[in-house]
Parts: sequence; C-alpha cells; structure tokens
Amino acid sequence: MVNKLFGEKIGMTRYFVEEGKSIPVTILKMGPCVVVQKKTLNKDGYNAIQVGYGEKKKSRVNKAQEGHFKIAGDRCFAHLKEIKTDDTEELDLGKELTSEIFNVGDLVNVSGLSKGRGFSGVMKRWGFSGGRKTHGSRSHRIPGSIGSSATPGRVHKGRKLPGRMGHQRVTVKNLEVVDVRTDMNLVLVKGAVPGSRNSFVELCKA
Amino acid sequence: MNVIEALEREQMRIDIPNFRVGDTLKVHARIKEGDKERIQVFQGAVIRKRNGASGATFTVRKVSYGIGVERIFPLHSPFIDRIEIITRGKVRRARLYYLRKLKGKAARIKEKRY
Repeated sequence: MVNKLFGEKIGMTRYFVEEGKSIPVTILKMGPCVVVQKKTLNKDGYNAIQVGYGEKKKSRVNKAQEGHFKIAGDRCFAHLKEIKTDDTEELDLGKELTSEIFNVGDLVNVSGLSKGRGFSGVMKRWGFSGGRKTHGSRSHRIPGSIGSSATPGRVHKGRKLPGRMGHQRVTVKNLEVVDVRTDMNLVLVKGAVPGSRNSFVELCKA
Repeated sequence: MNVIEALEREQMRIDIPNFRVGDTLKVHARIKEGDKERIQVFQGAVIRKRNGASGATFTVRKVSYGIGVERIFPLHSPFIDRIEIITRGKVRRARLYYLRKLKGKAARIKEKRY
C-alpha cells in the first residue's frame, strides 16, 4: 500500500493522552485522496499513482483537466500529487485512500509550505543578535560587518543578509501520531507543523 | 461546529462541579509513582480560573507550614479524580492575587451566606 497522504492543516490544540498527560497536537485532515492515474514502469518509466485531493467545481476546471479527471470518475480535484509505490495492483482508479494507513504511535514526516514572512531583516531571518538598543547605539537591528575590505573586495557568496523569508517547503521529521479519527479523516500529530491553517500538507511515514 | 471545537468538547469532563473563584476546594489528584497510583488531596482557595474548552485551568492556593503553595490544575485533566467544594467564598474580584501578600487572619476569605 501507500505510505503517504495529502491533506490540510486544521489547527492546534491540547490533547489528553491515556496517562493523563496533556500534549500539544496539530490536527490534520488527511484525505480522502482519490486515485486518478496509475503510472507504470512500461509506460512512464516508474511505478506510481497519481492522487487528487480537495473538491473543485467542474466549472473551474479546464477541458484538458476535465478529460483527465473523467477517466477515474466524475470528480475534479484542487490538488494532484504523485505517490511512488510499487504494488499498485489494489489501487484501482477512483479508489479512496483514507487516514487508515496511519496508526497511533507511528512516526511521520510532515511537509508543507511555511508561512511567508515577507522581506525580513537578519535578526528575524537568521537569528543575528543585532546591536545595542540604548546607550547611544544607533545600530539596533542591522547586520554589522558583512566582510573584509580590499581583499577580497567583494561580499562572499552565501552571506546571510535580509531578504524574503518563509513561503518555502519545510519538512518536520519524526512527529508522533497521537490519534487517528477515520470517521472524520483526522490525524493528530504531536507538535507543530509548517504552514498556516487550511494549508496543504503532505504526511509521510518516517 | 468546527473540528477543533468538536475535538475539544469531546475531551471535556462533565463531572466537574461548578465552583467559582474564592471557593475552598479539595482537589483529589491522582499521582503515579512507578506502577502504583495513589490519590493526593490538595486543599486550598481558588485564586484564578482560566476559561477555555479543554484547555481551561484553575489555580489553588494554600499555606503549608507557613509557605504559600499554588498549584495549577487543568480543569479537564484525567489526573483529577474528583473535586470537592468545602466552602463558597464571597469575593469581589476574578483574580485573587492579593492573597499572596497577605498573611494569617488577613488572608481569610469571607464565606458566602445564602
């Protein structure tokens, strides 16, 4: 079967586990992902399935995509993703993959698009300590020296400087699955997950 | 109802009595020591209640051998066996932090008379 699923981040809360401990959890709505296409070694050079997640109105889909979706059924999806897997026999077109593939206690990797921070300075972006706030200092949040003088006469590549931060794919590894609710397609993982609420996430068995 | 709210409601306990700030409580807390489990009673005045669904907490203050001790309990924690209300207090504030500065007779809370 597959070891990966796609879904949405719903939000965080606290959760009482069996021993009475209260732990921070992120609620993820995983699936149902529907198999839209099968990729085979002969035809495509590798084995995989293409799955769709998230309803999309038929009127919002262009004709090429509509034709693609029609092969598997009469549903259109907002997201199309591939899952690499060798045993695609049971995974017929139109089959729904649900959060059942995850069990309580599993370790999972969660990937998502981190929150965009815009153009941010070095203190926020790279954790520089900045300058003094008082005693006549005027270098409050500036990076300070960014290199030498005549040798090399330029700024080294890779120098940490202000710039666009966030809105990048981030993976958090080895989060514990605290609970799985198959009735609502929910997976609760311990700790925080990249991205804002309602953002698209990918859950993979570690 | 949204999903987070539904999950939090599920976790809430319905057997918790309705107490208020200023009340004196006996909190029977379960304590695990290795394999054994026992119940410890913590008696004192409620000086703060924080609202919320499953995340609600309350703080109980008592003076033990002359030293003030405060414990924060999650209201819906399974660690709490039961809560007994000893007296109802008559107070005019929601947070009784002023008790921390008071000692002896001054630190008493008037009992509510119905």
